[in-house]
Amino acid sequence: MTQSNTTIVPTTTWSAGAGCHGGCGILAHIRDNKLVKVEGNPDHPWNRGRLCARVLAMTQYTHHPDRLRHPLKRVGARGEGKWERISWEEAFDLIEERMKAIRDAYGPESMLFNSGTGRDIYPWICMLAYAYGSPNVMFGLTGSACYGPRLAAVNTVQGDFAVFDAAQWFPDRYDDPRWRRPECMVIWGYNIHATCPDNLFGHWIIDMMKKGTKIITVDPRLSWFASRSKHHLALRPGTDAALAMGFLNVIIREKLYDRNFAQTWTNATHLIRTDTGKLLTEAELVSGGDSANYVVWDEATGRPLVWDCAAVDYRGEAPEAPMFSGSCEVELPQGEKVACQTVWDTFCAEVEQYPPDRVEEITGVSAELVAEAARYYAKAKPAAIHWGVAVDMTPALTPLVQAISCLWALTGNLDVPGGNVIARLAFDVAPYALPGSKGAIRLKSEELDKPRIGVDRYMPLNKFYWRCSTDLSLDQIFTEDPYPIKGMWIQTAGILQGLGMDPKKWRSALEKLDFVVAVDLFHTPTTQYADVVLPATTFLEKDSFRSWWVPLQTINKAMRVDECLPDMEINFELSRRFDPDFRFETLHELYDDILKPAGMTFAELQQKGWAYPPEGSSSCPYRRHEKGLLRPDKRPGFRTPSGRFELYATLREQWGLEPVPHHEEPPFTPVSRPDLAKDYPLILSTGRRSPAFFHSEHRNIPWLRAIDPDPVVEIHPETAAEHGIGNGEWMWVENWMGRARFKAKLTPVVPKWMIMAAHGWWHPEKDAAEPSLYGMWKSNVNQLLPMGHQGKDGMGAPIKHSMCKIYKAGPEEV
Amino acid sequence: MAEKQRYGLLIDYEYCTGCFTCQVACQQEYGWPAGMGGMRVNEIVQNLPKGKAYLTYFPFPTELCILCRPRTKKGLQPACVQHCMAECMRFGPVEELAKEMAQKPRMVLWAPK
Ligand code: SF4
Ligand code: SF4
Ligand code: SF4
Repeated sequence: MTQSNTTIVPTTTWSAGAGCHGGCGILAHIRDNKLVKVEGNPDHPWNRGRLCARVLAMTQYTHHPDRLRHPLKRVGARGEGKWERISWEEAFDLIEERMKAIRDAYGPESMLFNSGTGRDIYPWICMLAYAYGSPNVMFGLTGSACYGPRLAAVNTVQGDFAVFDAAQWFPDRYDDPRWRRPECMVIWGYNIHATCPDNLFGHWIIDMMKKGTKIITVDPRLSWFASRSKHHLALRPGTDAALAMGFLNVIIREKLYDRNFAQTWTNATHLIRTDTGKLLTEAELVSGGDSANYVVWDEATGRPLVWDCAAVDYRGEAPEAPMFSGSCEVELPQGEKVACQTVWDTFCAEVEQYPPDRVEEITGVSAELVAEAARYYAKAKPAAIHWGVAVDMTPALTPLVQAISCLWALTGNLDVPGGNVIARLAFDVAPYALPGSKGAIRLKSEELDKPRIGVDRYMPLNKFYWRCSTDLSLDQIFTEDPYPIKGMWIQTAGILQGLGMDPKKWRSALEKLDFVVAVDLFHTPTTQYADVVLPATTFLEKDSFRSWWVPLQTINKAMRVDECLPDMEINFELSRRFDPDFRFETLHELYDDILKPAGMTFAELQQKGWAYPPEGSSSCPYRRHEKGLLRPDKRPGFRTPSGRFELYATLREQWGLEPVPHHEEPPFTPVSRPDLAKDYPLILSTGRRSPAFFHSEHRNIPWLRAIDPDPVVEIHPETAAEHGIGNGEWMWVENWMGRARFKAKLTPVVPKWMIMAAHGWWHPEKDAAEPSLYGMWKSNVNQLLPMGHQGKDGMGAPIKHSMCKIYKAGPEEV
Repeated sequence: MAEKQRYGLLIDYEYCTGCFTCQVACQQEYGWPAGMGGMRVNEIVQNLPKGKAYLTYFPFPTELCILCRPRTKKGLQPACVQHCMAECMRFGPVEELAKEMAQKPRMVLWAPK
């Protein structure tokens, strides 16, 4: 209820509080510096007044009695839960002194800067790390297996990310005449309507379903979408790439692909030497040629012609009839003749390995269903495939991502209305380095980037993903090779209760460090291992902005809670202390600098609330590859090395990795480890979303906890019966790494051969000190999942699929 | 006349995703403690032939639902209706909602007050 002394502050959700990746317009009702109510903003094009349970529970969050309200210094041993209140000045001084001592003794790279999921934190944690001089900004998940790997993999083949199209680019949304409703949407490992991951609003898909969009769901679970799907493909976890290859197989065999797109916009016509299996380059064809240019065969004249990658065009004349499929013999300068075939044929040869019956063997989805779903998707125009984190949570994620991107491209659905639309940061406002942009916040010199952990081993870290390798960083804490890690700054991250696989190993790592800072809103298992804990704020207590896709919007400070400070203000103050050359006096000055590409200041954007990039801007669709809006040189094409969508990834070839998509069996499945399957016969999957929580957050918010009160395992009633486990009974899930205890939820939404264990569980109501650590050692499923099994390119890891056995908990263990 | 007019909530449960927004929106609006409120969301998993199943969520207005009289008096939508993530709830006179209900399957009309 609006009262005269209540002010209504319009703002945008992002990070702590909502927890999600944000974007909703809300109205915060503030009275006497207290939040009294939150409502969705009916005028905001993003959510049109709607709002999730977590934001509607913000009054219980902002004014929670357990919120950290002052900086704290540890007084007992780590994990003992003993703290002393200190002032901000003391906290900053202490941190400055301790971190400078580490920098002086071991170099700046000896500090790790650990952040959680990509919310309103990466620019500011990069700012701090870079001001300090460390390149080691670390996302704490094994294989960085959330989103970043997908971004990197998609950028490898098409130079830009793409998402489903719910007309989110236009203020009038679905009424905009440029937009078309997708006929079909494939929802791949994605329960998006719970918590809106990945910078999109999940219920947009429901809006489109009401308008007639038909759904295909790829998910081992019977999700809400699966229940309402034309086809539900309940695959065995970790076999997604085989399924995607099966789709490609059907689509190519039945000629359901867009031949024109393949010929014009992909590198299908580039030649591959059959002797080396590698792309034929101009350097091989003519002396003095460039090894970055490729070769196309003109069937009309029987001659090779050079594709000039820098010019994104043929050198000299264009072929009359570029060979799309077939082989030829090319004469090299020394007179040697080499047999070549096209990229298309190489790509198809791999795809041919995956006929639907083989896909059925691998995935468990019937061959007929694979073929029917593939046909339906390919014939629906337009159609989109959108994916969730399940795609990242497997070690061979890059080939899987390639396969799915190839589906977008070959069905002619890339950057078309209602298809998979290229998603650019609004107005190209890039606060920090992301694929395609170095960002405004940078390390001072390339020299400082050299010690970044993993850059010498994992090439995507040099091109698309400017973090250190999480798995190698953890190892390096113990090995100190090639240099020691002495401290860790942990912000918006729960390395023990959320992000970290094998949390006992992470605990040992934290114990080994000289200095640990945690920035959070509440005490968590992780903060118990810090030396200093700093109180951060919700999105309602800060000024910031958001350029993740479109629109560009501000987050507006509506209130203040005690001494809590926003992450960016904490980091700004310390950046000034660590870097004598730090350029900015105020945070708003820095915001203005980052917002320059949008042609407005922070204050101006704040006035507007949100801004949509106009037609002709590179962050406004459609068909930008035709219009020259994707590449810095403004030439038509994609922002890849060849300027084309790469069915055969040139970068992967250079990196010594398989250039074409394919399936690889993950490390811990009944297929790859039949030996383990004898003792651990059930597939263990984790990570399904709850609408009440964002990962390990919100367990202490009463309205939300009541929705989802216990750590549950979803188990099929027949499987439960075999193990003598009844609904609501406590049970253990165990494998070779460890065990965790859950409440059984008997439900046919999971297949008989799999259980789904809820992740991120700890109990804020239990004892903070070890050995309880908020009851986390009993409930954290990550104790059954490993570190160190990242993909060949450092990306992706086996999180969604392991193996386990189950048994009922004894009465004394409940 | 105003006394006679019955109002209700029409819910298209085909599209209810079980987001629990309605439940928490009501708790926020009226300050109900956890465990109480005007709306409870239930999950129903129905087994179907051939080993299939169907997952539905079902929002149920409880004894505590007052149909947001304080809001509707001011011309606002009920808190649950405004925030419903799937936009699958409508508030209005029961006669009008009943007509709408006839247009589409998987609907339920509640008249809690
Ligand atoms: S989870 Fe979805 S509805 Fe909630 S604030 Fe985030 S984007 Fe909005
Ligand atoms: S109509 Fe109002 S009182 Fe009734 S459940 Fe919805 S929010 Fe609660
Ligand atoms: S708010 Fe709407 S979609 Fe969400 S649970 Fe309630 S009725 Fe269902």
